[in-house]
Amino acid sequence: MNRVRFILRMALRESRGARRRLALLTGAITVGVAALVAINAFTENLRVSVNHEARALLGADLSFRSRTPLPERAREIIDSITLPATPGTAPGASATKVEFSGMAFVPRTEGVRLVQVQAVDSGFPYYGEYRTVPAGAWAALQSGGKVVVDPSVLSLLGAVIGDTLSLGSTQLVIAGTVVDAPGNAALQSAFGPPVWIAGRDLEDTELIQFGSRADYEIFVRLPSGRDPDAIAETYRESLRPLRIRIRTVEDDREDLSDALTRMGNYLGLVALIALLLGGLGVASAVHVFIRQRLDTIGILRCLGATTRDVFAVYMLQALVMGGVGSLLGAVIGVAVQQTMPHILGSLLPVTVEVSFSPKAVLYGVGLGLWVAGMFALLPLIGIRRVSPLVTLRRDVETGKRARDPLLSLVIVALVGTVIVLAVVQAGALLDGLSFAGGIGVVLVILGLAAKVLTWTVRRFLPARWPYLLRQGLANLYRPANQTVTVVLALGFGAFLLSTLFLIQHNLLRELQVEGNSGRPNIAFYDIQPDQREGVERILTEADVESSPIVPIIPMRIRSVGGRDTASTESADSTLSRRDSWALRRVYRSTYRDSLVAAEQLVAGTWWDDDEAGANPIDGARISLDAGVAAELGVSIGDHILWDVQGVEIQTTITSLREINWSRLEPNFFVVFEPGPLDRAPQMLATLARIEDPTARGIVQRRLAEAFPNVTSLDLSMVQNAIQGIVDRIAFAIRFMAGFSLITGAIVLIGAVSTNRFQRIREAVLLKTLGATRQQVLRIIFTEYVALGLLATSISVVLASAAAWALSRWVFETAFALPMPQLIGLAGGLVTLTLGVGLWSSAEILKRTPLEVLRSE
Amino acid sequence: MILHCESLTQTYLSGGRPLTVLNDITFSIKEGAFLAIIGPSGSGKTTLLGLLAGLDRPASGRIVLDGEDLGSMTEDQRSVLRAERVGFVFQSFHLIPTLTAQENVQVPLELRGEPSADRAAALLTRVGLGDRLEHYPAQLSGGEQQRVALARAFSIRPRILFADEPTGNLDARTGATIIELMRELNEESGTTLVLVTHDPGLAKLAARTIRLADGHIVEDTGSPT
Repeated sequence: MNRVRFILRMALRESRGARRRLALLTGAITVGVAALVAINAFTENLRVSVNHEARALLGADLSFRSRTPLPERAREIIDSITLPATPGTAPGASATKVEFSGMAFVPRTEGVRLVQVQAVDSGFPYYGEYRTVPAGAWAALQSGGKVVVDPSVLSLLGAVIGDTLSLGSTQLVIAGTVVDAPGNAALQSAFGPPVWIAGRDLEDTELIQFGSRADYEIFVRLPSGRDPDAIAETYRESLRPLRIRIRTVEDDREDLSDALTRMGNYLGLVALIALLLGGLGVASAVHVFIRQRLDTIGILRCLGATTRDVFAVYMLQALVMGGVGSLLGAVIGVAVQQTMPHILGSLLPVTVEVSFSPKAVLYGVGLGLWVAGMFALLPLIGIRRVSPLVTLRRDVETGKRARDPLLSLVIVALVGTVIVLAVVQAGALLDGLSFAGGIGVVLVILGLAAKVLTWTVRRFLPARWPYLLRQGLANLYRPANQTVTVVLALGFGAFLLSTLFLIQHNLLRELQVEGNSGRPNIAFYDIQPDQREGVERILTEADVESSPIVPIIPMRIRSVGGRDTASTESADSTLSRRDSWALRRVYRSTYRDSLVAAEQLVAGTWWDDDEAGANPIDGARISLDAGVAAELGVSIGDHILWDVQGVEIQTTITSLREINWSRLEPNFFVVFEPGPLDRAPQMLATLARIEDPTARGIVQRRLAEAFPNVTSLDLSMVQNAIQGIVDRIAFAIRFMAGFSLITGAIVLIGAVSTNRFQRIREAVLLKTLGATRQQVLRIIFTEYVALGLLATSISVVLASAAAWALSRWVFETAFALPMPQLIGLAGGLVTLTLGVGLWSSAEILKRTPLEVLRSE
Repeated sequence: MILHCESLTQTYLSGGRPLTVLNDITFSIKEGAFLAIIGPSGSGKTTLLGLLAGLDRPASGRIVLDGEDLGSMTEDQRSVLRAERVGFVFQSFHLIPTLTAQENVQVPLELRGEPSADRAAALLTRVGLGDRLEHYPAQLSGGEQQRVALARAFSIRPRILFADEPTGNLDARTGATIIELMRELNEESGTTLVLVTHDPGLAKLAARTIRLADGHIVEDTGSPT
């Protein structure tokens, strides 16, 4: 008890005069905790909102979804499940929605635009609401002849409510705009904004023709007493061969919850980095603090304080500051949480109610305290070795002592902490482990590079360089320097931001169609064979050069290597969802006699050569995308039997291709040799490049007028939409990564103030010897520019390597270094370092020699 | 016998080579005595003091301090022994810079869990610093700081007080005052005094003098009995 009181008093008194430095330690923890609390609390809010809105998102109890009109069997099931559960009660109901793309055209303004058409039956949605302006427009839709549109459609077409809108072969009146539709996230409208028509008007549009892509979904409201999940469970398996998917509210809730939690987890990992960097700051601050307290520790030991007492005094200080930092971080985190809907809002399918999350706050504060404690332990463990003899002689040799076994234990615990935190925050073992491993590798490389570079400066600093320059550079390796700490903390933040920037840049660069001469920027598809000449004529009249018109034939796999798809799926339970998708999906294939620019042959031979491995050629020759071949488990010489609109076609794989999908061109998983498919029912597509946007609009309008079913897709708009999404995701990540950079700056401030006194003395000495303020400033300037350059250049090189690896293996895109932007980014980071350095050194310039000499 | 040491030898590594600083030191001190250890720089005085006070362990030999064999005690047990029975005065005062004069004097008392504020104030008044209780070390002169250190050393009524060149950083007049004060306190509380110095004038004040040279005792002016 006595000892506890002593420790408490000592900890409090001993912190006098060091509170400014300890406050920095607090700040380092604060930022990380703030980031963690903000993202975790928001993810929690998100999950609650999803649970709350899940039923409205689906708009029904369950739905049946298919790529083709639902067969009779599905109808029968739906009829049976909508019957009243007990006689005399109300029956359920069902409504169909058909979704496809089509050209919307407003004759008055001549505006034309690709839209996503949703033809819905009356009654939908059974839960939730489509809010329209004017109110009531949604209900009025079902009287027929009307369309309600996304607000963006009006501005894109220059139309107003009440205008006539041509959709395929029919004319509809724009009855209103949908201002709030459940589940309509930004991601869905990348291929055109949505418009809604009544199901009864669908046929008149004549837009659903052979080869058109359309999604069919029947929404069911169950009569009371029926359990949607039990029903889904009963029919799911039997409907699978019919390629009908059942969705329930619970499925949606789980899928969405999982996806959003994963997003929250990944952003949380970025926040975790800020906290760990803060830990690094704590370790460095405590290390320096303890070094300055060696005398006091020796005196206390002399006066009879045990090692445990002294350790407890300093550990308590670190924990209190860590605790204060964590609490402060929690408060800031809750404030930042309020801004998260603005940062992530447009990416989310639900409106998020921001509310206080005690769980996230407790987790954040607890974690902050733990990290502060663990990282403080690293330097504090050495206190136990401080001999009371230091009071008698400074030069006590401690070298002969063996390595402290406790130190190894602390290091193991620290590494374990990082791994556990990463795994918990990632929500998956492997992700967490690779994340922790990645952090480790980057930190080790940063640390090693810092050491090597300081050694190089020390070793090769030319003696004939001007004194001020040499002095500034020498500060990088002088005793008690903080070069490694600063490079680690600042460099890691810089590394994160640079990697992010490089990936974003390379992903978007691949999508660039505008100004990228020669690349097509508009696609026309859904062309029926008898419209071919008409379309070609319109394009020729408009002086448009288009690529050859390619045929597209939808088909499914009947069997692979003699085993039909149904038995393959059921026999091989190890097939992943994705592999089984490769078996069941609709393939839109083509036939042609040559490779295109986006393709590269990686195995086998093109049609010219007849060799096909061990197996003899059976039926038509085909070339497969290498990725699909891997998923199907097939290779050169294997046979695939196709179902092309009810006709079976036997094929042999004679080549595999690597396809660059990021080029917006019609690419095909399966290419047939010319011949076998010539007479199969098909639709046609073509690509063109029309430089002038106005000319592009005119061609689209002419086509829409002449052939309403032909869809034209303006690729620059797709590119803009994707760019918008990528930008928003990148912004969210950059926002979180920004916390790391702030922490890095705080650690830098801490490092600078660490040897502030030593610097003040030195500057004063220089001034006494006749140096001007200007010269002292130049020394400081040199040092921080060097430090900034060091940290930034290492991290930019590392980031380039990381971004290259990610581009190559994860995103599978080509990689290029955008030098001007990269130099700009590095320049910004060096300026930040210099700014922080000069700002923290202001006092050095202010102090007069006499003041300092007196205080000694 | 308050302190007895036998065949003390101490070696340090210096530039990677073992260096014998003390060689076969044996002597005893009786309770209440005033002993001065003198010798030129590097003769091993401070090392001997550190060993006697249990701040370090000898390479070989045995020390019994107030009935306790230091060799059989852990570092923390020796700390507790110091907290209860040993006082220190250093050449460079060694006050804790972040604590006021009064708080500095309180530290040993608080370590023992004794009420401390009043006794600290009384002791500071006794050494003539009654009006400087709230001052920090940096605000005190050298002589004043050493007086705070004396007050601190005597706060626990130690059985034995070790002083390492206590006047080394002070001018002659201030130094004399400090020594006078130390003797007075010594007589008032019956504390044994072990003083390390290279100043022969100071050593004359002691009842007994041990002279060290090159780690050996070359002269001992009195026997313990």
